[in-house]
Amino acid sequence: MNWPILSVVTFLPLLGAVLVMLLVRGETPVACGTARWIALWTTLITFAISLVMVWRFDSTSAEFQFAEKYPWLGIASYHVGVDGISLPFVILTTALMPICILASWTAIQRRVKEYMIAFLILETLMVGTFSALDLVLFYLFFEGGLIPMFLIIGVWGGPRRVYASFKFFLYTLLGSVLMLLAIMAMYWDAGTTDIATLLRHGFPIGLQKWAWFAFFASFAVKMPMWPVHTWLPDAHVEAPTAGSVILAAILLKMGGYGFLRFSLPMFPVASHDYAPIIFTLSVVAIVYTSLVALMQEDVKKLIAYSSVAHMGFVTMGIFAATAQGVAGGIFQMISHGVVSGALFLCVGVVYDRMHTREIAFYGGLVNRMPLYAFVFMIFTLANVGLPGTSGFVGEFLSLLGTFRANTSVAFIATFGVILSACYALWLYRKMVFGNLKPALAGIKDIGWRESIIFAPLVVLTIVLGVAPKPVLDMSSASVTQLLDRYGRAVKAAEIERQSVQVVSATTDDTR
Amino acid sequence: MIEFTQLSSLMPVLPEAILAVGAMVVLMLGVMGGDRSGPAANGWCIGLLVLVAYALIAWVPHGRFELFGGSFVVDDFSRFLKLLTLIGSAGALVLSLDYLNLRHQQKFEYGALFLISTLGMLMLISASDLIALYLGLELMSLSLYVVAAYDRDSTRSTEAGLKYFVLGALSSGMLLYGASLIYGFTGTVNFAGIAKATSAGAGIGLIFGLVFLFVGFCFKISAVPFHMWTPDVYEGAPTPVTAFFAAAPKVAAIAVFVRATITAFPGITHEWQQIVVFVSIASMALGSFAAIGQRNIKRLMAYSSIGHMGYALVGLAAGTAEGVQGVLVYMAIYVAMTLGTFAVILSMRRGGKMVETISDLGGLSRTHPTMAFLLAMLLFSLAGIPPLAGFFAKFYVFLAAIKAGLYLLAVIGVLTSVVGAYYYLAIVKLMYFDEPVTGFDPMPGLLRIVLGVAGLVNLLFFAYPAPIVGAATAAAASLF
Repeated sequence: MNWPILSVVTFLPLLGAVLVMLLVRGETPVACGTARWIALWTTLITFAISLVMVWRFDSTSAEFQFAEKYPWLGIASYHVGVDGISLPFVILTTALMPICILASWTAIQRRVKEYMIAFLILETLMVGTFSALDLVLFYLFFEGGLIPMFLIIGVWGGPRRVYASFKFFLYTLLGSVLMLLAIMAMYWDAGTTDIATLLRHGFPIGLQKWAWFAFFASFAVKMPMWPVHTWLPDAHVEAPTAGSVILAAILLKMGGYGFLRFSLPMFPVASHDYAPIIFTLSVVAIVYTSLVALMQEDVKKLIAYSSVAHMGFVTMGIFAATAQGVAGGIFQMISHGVVSGALFLCVGVVYDRMHTREIAFYGGLVNRMPLYAFVFMIFTLANVGLPGTSGFVGEFLSLLGTFRANTSVAFIATFGVILSACYALWLYRKMVFGNLKPALAGIKDIGWRESIIFAPLVVLTIVLGVAPKPVLDMSSASVTQLLDRYGRAVKAAEIERQSVQVVSATTDDTR
Repeated sequence: MIEFTQLSSLMPVLPEAILAVGAMVVLMLGVMGGDRSGPAANGWCIGLLVLVAYALIAWVPHGRFELFGGSFVVDDFSRFLKLLTLIGSAGALVLSLDYLNLRHQQKFEYGALFLISTLGMLMLISASDLIALYLGLELMSLSLYVVAAYDRDSTRSTEAGLKYFVLGALSSGMLLYGASLIYGFTGTVNFAGIAKATSAGAGIGLIFGLVFLFVGFCFKISAVPFHMWTPDVYEGAPTPVTAFFAAAPKVAAIAVFVRATITAFPGITHEWQQIVVFVSIASMALGSFAAIGQRNIKRLMAYSSIGHMGYALVGLAAGTAEGVQGVLVYMAIYVAMTLGTFAVILSMRRGGKMVETISDLGGLSRTHPTMAFLLAMLLFSLAGIPPLAGFFAKFYVFLAAIKAGLYLLAVIGVLTSVVGAYYYLAIVKLMYFDEPVTGFDPMPGLLRIVLGVAGLVNLLFFAYPAPIVGAATAAAASLF
């Protein structure tokens, strides 16, 4: 059986979007219902097909699998495929989409058709980003995602949605256009934009440095790293619940994925030389944004800042360039995708009922919503990184990996673990414990639809925390190969530098 | 003297011949038929333009031809751009019909002037010496001055026409001065001859001539610092005429700009490259910053077109085959985007009256969802966001600039494109985020067709880019 499974996973949501566009007319309850069901079934089927990919994936091979290649632009081709690094993200995307659609089931009552179309198109673009094996194709998907997300924040967002959507769009675009120029420079150097070929192509040191910074500009904004993270709290606060989930769970991961796919393997020497910059920014992000999170009055903002802090662990782990660090970075991204997505869903639950995200407004929810309190607790603890939850594995591995590369960085970063406990538990205590606020007397516990949404996420959080091996195994072959090449390139560059030094020293002597 | 048997050697100019004869026939029939012949005549003009396009594709023999003593060249480059010009003219004429009916201004002169102007453009694209260049340019421009003032009872329109004429005449004078200097220092008007004379470098006199020549070109493509007429003329001229200005003459002017610089001055690339780089940067910057404060959508499109010419010039600045290919792809996509956007602008009418302020588009996604969607996609495309066509346009020109080592130009270019994205986004915001104002009248059928075609080209370009990119590659190769 040899069908283009990856393209089907990528473009099935687009087909669903076209279906919604053609079949649904008007704003009647029936029409809205049709749009919702089409979107739900499309995302569910896409998820099912992506699971077939997991089943057929050969995790012992570091090569790109399910590859497809067709001529496209002349200089670039339509080349897609997944390896152990990208497959987890593809699955994360397809798995979260049905949950997002369900989470918007009743929360979105206005322009349902357009909402579903935007989400389905966004899914196509996100899956495409993770599976593209051509730089131009990657850029196309990577940037294309801005359009639906801009509309999602701007049309269905909160009161300051216009500001947030513009900031999101322009910030990200500004970072990305520089990457585009670097892509062009890489094309002229290597004669191709094929990622599989470029991974083996040794770029000259000068180009590596410039291109590294250009890619850094794009991924650091997307990630987001301190100090270019300021768009994130705004975007999160204003976006509708499902939009926040997608933003936190998947769009942020594009930055980390980009570092892993491009910066580290294609510009190894520059990555090695500039790792201290990344370490510094990561540590600042971990400590500083954790402190900022402590001071927030808005639930979503708090979680947004905690996201920035957690992404700090990811960048730190990736650029430590040790097996544990990179594996930890990948795992942390997957885990954060599940946990932060779930946390935003938790906020969505109370927001749908009370229409406020002010922390001070809530209190004593456990009295009226015991089930909710339980679910919220699990994700809070996972966010803190309690052993036994998925959050622990990622943080531990990335700290371990960084410890081998740079002890002091790992030392400071560990404070982030403590601080995350401070703000997360503080938030939980304020909202869930204490006396029930009078305004909350009539609040209802989560219903069956919300239970369906949370059930898989709770299970995933625990399972990934107790048995992280399947995910780590899936990516280990690719990570090993990546680090092998990285190590060799860095060593070669060092030998070259030493020989240059020796030569200059000897010429000094003779003089 | 051309003997009768040699007539077949004139086949390459068949499109121009058909157009010239056709324009005169339309004029004569119009005079005989009087005012009632207006609607039919304008319809016929569209048919004629389609016929010329067909002649260009099907009847003109393949290959490169030089006619009239080397002053008129037909090659792949000219074929590509002529087709584009014809699409732009025909599209603008289609956009006009409904507008003219609405204003009761269907006169045969309108179509005839479009035809004559288009003839000038076709000549301009094929011009291979300075005299043919000037003749084509003037034939094009004089007709344009008249159509700009077509709505003669409107002060805005007459002002636009007059302003365009005075400034246009000034720029033509400069161009002519430059041409005469170049002739004086090289002893020839032929591009190939000039190239030979400048192969070993150029003196200060010739550089002066080159600069004046460029002033003329920059005026015609409305590049900074010779852009001042653009917003006023765009705003004042009747809207379909503005669409015509934005689409067709730009293509022809950029064509002659490219052909003249590439074929006549390859020996002094370094000298003209500096000028083009400066003009390009200035146009991109002004186009994106000045557009931010605009309230009138036609003025906004004027600044937008200034910016787009700046991006197109990035390709020319590279001075390579890749660069020229980039310019050609850019112009093709630019024409599609422009026609589509103007189809929407022309549909902005309430109770039979045209409205022009940007805020009138508020909440368009609620009142006219399809129109809003296509316009939003066009705007994202103008901003250069993938996967829409406008992204590929920018991609190819910057690709060439990077290869040519023009890093500063490329960096400034992409940064201004981010600034430019802001004002396109502001329109999308109006249409999608804001509450609706009163809806527009139903969109006329012809405008729907133009918007639909332009919108689809723009949306689906990424799926099958090969025809346009391939044709542009071949066309660019014919210049080198």
